[in-house]
Amino acid sequence: MNYRFDWSVLWTGQSGEWLLSGLITTIQLSVCAWLLAVALGIISGALRTVPYRALRGLATFYVEFFRNVPLLVWMFFWYFAAPPLLPEVMREWLFSHGLEFWAAVCALGVYSGARFSEVLRSGIQSIPRTLLEASVASGLTVPQAYRYVILPIALRLIIPPGTNESLNLLKNSSVALTISVAELTFQTRQIETYTAKAIEALTAGTLIYLALCLSIATVMGWIERRTAIPGLITGGGRRA
Amino acid sequence: MSLDLGVIWRNLDFLLVQGFLGFGNFVGGTLRLAIPSIVLGFVLGIFIGLGRLSGRRWIRVPATIYVEFFRGVPLVMVIFWIWFIIPILLKTKIPEFGVALTAFVIFEAAYLGEIVRAGIQSVPRGQVEAATAVGLTPAGTMRHVVLPQALKNMIPSLVTQFIVLFKDTSLASIIGFMDLTKAAQVVNNREIRPFELYLFIAVVYWVCTYSMSRYARSLEKRLGPA
Repeated sequence: MNYRFDWSVLWTGQSGEWLLSGLITTIQLSVCAWLLAVALGIISGALRTVPYRALRGLATFYVEFFRNVPLLVWMFFWYFAAPPLLPEVMREWLFSHGLEFWAAVCALGVYSGARFSEVLRSGIQSIPRTLLEASVASGLTVPQAYRYVILPIALRLIIPPGTNESLNLLKNSSVALTISVAELTFQTRQIETYTAKAIEALTAGTLIYLALCLSIATVMGWIERRTAIPGLITGGGRRA
Repeated sequence: MSLDLGVIWRNLDFLLVQGFLGFGNFVGGTLRLAIPSIVLGFVLGIFIGLGRLSGRRWIRVPATIYVEFFRGVPLVMVIFWIWFIIPILLKTKIPEFGVALTAFVIFEAAYLGEIVRAGIQSVPRGQVEAATAVGLTPAGTMRHVVLPQALKNMIPSLVTQFIVLFKDTSLASIIGFMDLTKAAQVVNNREIRPFELYLFIAVVYWVCTYSMSRYARSLEKRLGPA
């Protein structure tokens, strides 16, 4: 192997700038997509357990369709195929405000939402059914019972698998490079293209991803211990 | 905008035979990548899983680092790593199929290793003690008593992991591997019909993954907790 290492490419020239802007874009993309995914996940996850058949069917369709198709296909779909379906005004706005970023947010958010939905559903199903019955018997409507009793408990129960899914979302945001969103992996490739130093560039990108994942896992582990419900969660260990 | 489903009919051959199965002028195929990846990944995964349970620190620690490392890095990154590092190490270029296969085997082995570990840990401890008592060596116990039972417990998770891998093979198109996604891209460059084409491959992926997940669920019920 006669590869000559030159780590200085990471701090000379524009590399530092590129890595930083890539990191910021990765975080922005992940946060936006995460908010969308959590909203969709909570709504559809809750709907999959309600005692109304039509609503359950709708939620099931959403989850099964979006979860079972590769994220990359959704990226292309939202980027190439969806914009022509939009009204003229929205399309204009999107084209001038970074279409690829918002397409990536939609693709990642809707895809991950279907996965969050499964996590929440299993959380709700792990709560004894009698809790819903007791809530309804005490005079709450079903939506109220979900809002005040079921969801607060379920959301605390699913912190460990939810963290896992959130980390998946963060890692999956790298797929956005295929529709040229300038996120971390994209910038890593850019450094490689300009300096021809592949190992250095990939090492930098990989370490940043690892650091991000590890710090999120640490923070969530702390939150998990703080919000654990006595008697329901055994210990504070991270479940994979 | 009007739908033109003819575009799919005209290119059905290329999309399914070349893109999905992998027979044709290009090196490609979603199935041709997914099946060897899961088989080889599982073989490597057995070693990783056993390594994580090993009593010897110098085996357990590297195996744990391996799993934690690859589970903390995006697959796209791993594909790029292999793509760039193989020409440097071997001083020769290898085809996209080799790059993609290597990346998937290495990456999936981390996840499959965890499945193997969970499967082995689900075998009751008494089985090991009984096997030892009748005179089997530790390796013999593992091969003849623990692994066959663990394997049965692993099957539903393995099918689920295969679904994940099956979807992930679409990422091989990034380095130019002619799988179903890449084939749709190629056709789209000529026909400019993104809506029909991407929706069509979404449905193809969906039919495969959904039927596999139904199969996994029925397996889970049938094998159940014995």
